[in-house]
Amino acid sequence: MLSIETASLIDFIRRRDAPGADIANADRVIRPADFLTHTSLAGFRDDLAGRSVILATGDHLKTAAALIELDGLARRFVLCPPELDEERLRLVADIVEADAIVYDGDSGPPPLSLGISAPCRLPLEPSPPRRAERIASEWALLTSGTTGAPKLALHNLATLTSAFVGTTGDEAPNWATFYDIRRYGGLQIFLRAVVGGSALTLTSPHEALDDFLARLAGRSVERISGTPSHWRRVLMSGAGRNFQPPYVRLSGEISDAAVLTGLRKRFPDSRIGHAYASTEAGVAFEVTDERPGFPESYLGERNGVVMKLEDGSLRIKSPGSALTYIGRNAPPLRDEQGFVDTGDMVEIRGDRCHFVGRRGGVINVGGAKVHPEEVEAVINLHERVTMSLVRARANPITGALVIADVVLDRGAAKEDAIREDILASCRARLAPYKVPAMIRFVPKLATTVGGKLARSG
Amino acid sequence: MSVRATIISQVEQIAKEQKRAIAPLSDDLPLLESGLDSLCFAILVARLEDAVGVDPFAEAEGGGLPLTFGELVKFYENAVH
Repeated sequence: MLSIETASLIDFIRRRDAPGADIANADRVIRPADFLTHTSLAGFRDDLAGRSVILATGDHLKTAAALIELDGLARRFVLCPPELDEERLRLVADIVEADAIVYDGDSGPPPLSLGISAPCRLPLEPSPPRRAERIASEWALLTSGTTGAPKLALHNLATLTSAFVGTTGDEAPNWATFYDIRRYGGLQIFLRAVVGGSALTLTSPHEALDDFLARLAGRSVERISGTPSHWRRVLMSGAGRNFQPPYVRLSGEISDAAVLTGLRKRFPDSRIGHAYASTEAGVAFEVTDERPGFPESYLGERNGVVMKLEDGSLRIKSPGSALTYIGRNAPPLRDEQGFVDTGDMVEIRGDRCHFVGRRGGVINVGGAKVHPEEVEAVINLHERVTMSLVRARANPITGALVIADVVLDRGAAKEDAIREDILASCRARLAPYKVPAMIRFVPKLATTVGGKLARSG
Repeated sequence: MSVRATIISQVEQIAKEQKRAIAPLSDDLPLLESGLDSLCFAILVARLEDAVGVDPFAEAEGGGLPLTFGELVKFYENAVH
């Protein structure tokens, strides 16, 4: 039995006899077992030993390759999402005191010049086994905040795998994810696959949803994860009808009743679970009863994770939590008792805890607080609504008003009648100041590169 | 539709939505006694901005705010013209 405290990814790969499982996007396939004898960092790999590395490879598969190679070799590496511009990349490099960069070797020079510039290339090239002694690498992830100075949370392989190492037994389900593996949600699935020896299917840039779903069906994917926004797109598209995975997982945003019901209709035979996780707090729990929120009984200690509510927000203490933030003037990540404040606001109704929104996302209507997400959850109950975005509109009387942009499903007619229905339902379920003062129907809503509904400000 | 007619129709619509009984909209009706609360007024101002294209409240600097329904109509008429 490998100890996660000392093992690195390559050790988990080495201990398996069958080299079967692969990692694929639309263009290419890599096999973790091949890294025992091959490398994607030909000529540079051993120079990266002990370095602090910026990982800025172009696509998912090169990222996957580099992660397998860097864990246990580099002192520290930063998973940089592709949309990080040069200026922010420079700030990140500064924060982690980077002295090396791994970049996409097939698309021009590195985006940043550091001590060592190592091109990552596929297919793999034969290489002698690693010489350097293995060390416990630090994994630095950008937190999801998109404005202001970049903030990084530091993990290691033990914190990142705490939710599943030792719990999975020998099963190796065939995984897929809509996520980018450079973000926490996608990285979880990547690690499940590599540590557990399962196959993994990833998206390719610019791949149409239909094509991705067809590929998933073709590869007999059994478990797939994405955000509620990813899943709403699937529900809207009507694509990939023949893709019926045994397990569908949501995380990264609030799963409301509408998306859970929609998925139940679309995947009548699948298990549907929504999980709570964040880059800072780690994976906290999964809910499988197909209702929004989570049972109040989850508060307290459960499976090694302790949760509590304080000042309305969920606090988590977990072996999966990040170790610390890094950077100058970085705030403490945990409080004195070791809890991470998630900033996710929770309300208890009956015996159920419901997520109502982010602490910072509150709309202030004349002093009364409105979480956009609680209003969206009501709007999304309408059967013709596929998704909605509730936001503030500045107002000289109350400071702000609640307004909503709503996407209807294809073929929905009689917009005025639908608007009246939605408003009537909001008035029945919400305080007057939470009811949208205006509803605008829009053809689509933007999502972030992380697959979440784009909220401004 | 005139500015006055637009305001009357919006007030009636909002009162209906918010289930509020409103007083007859005579020019000397004090707004505070109209039956509309501040949320209703906030919605009124936002909808009027969309309907007539101006928000005179956002442009008003201190003093000169309307106190009666007649002043409210004039407030918008002056802003539109």
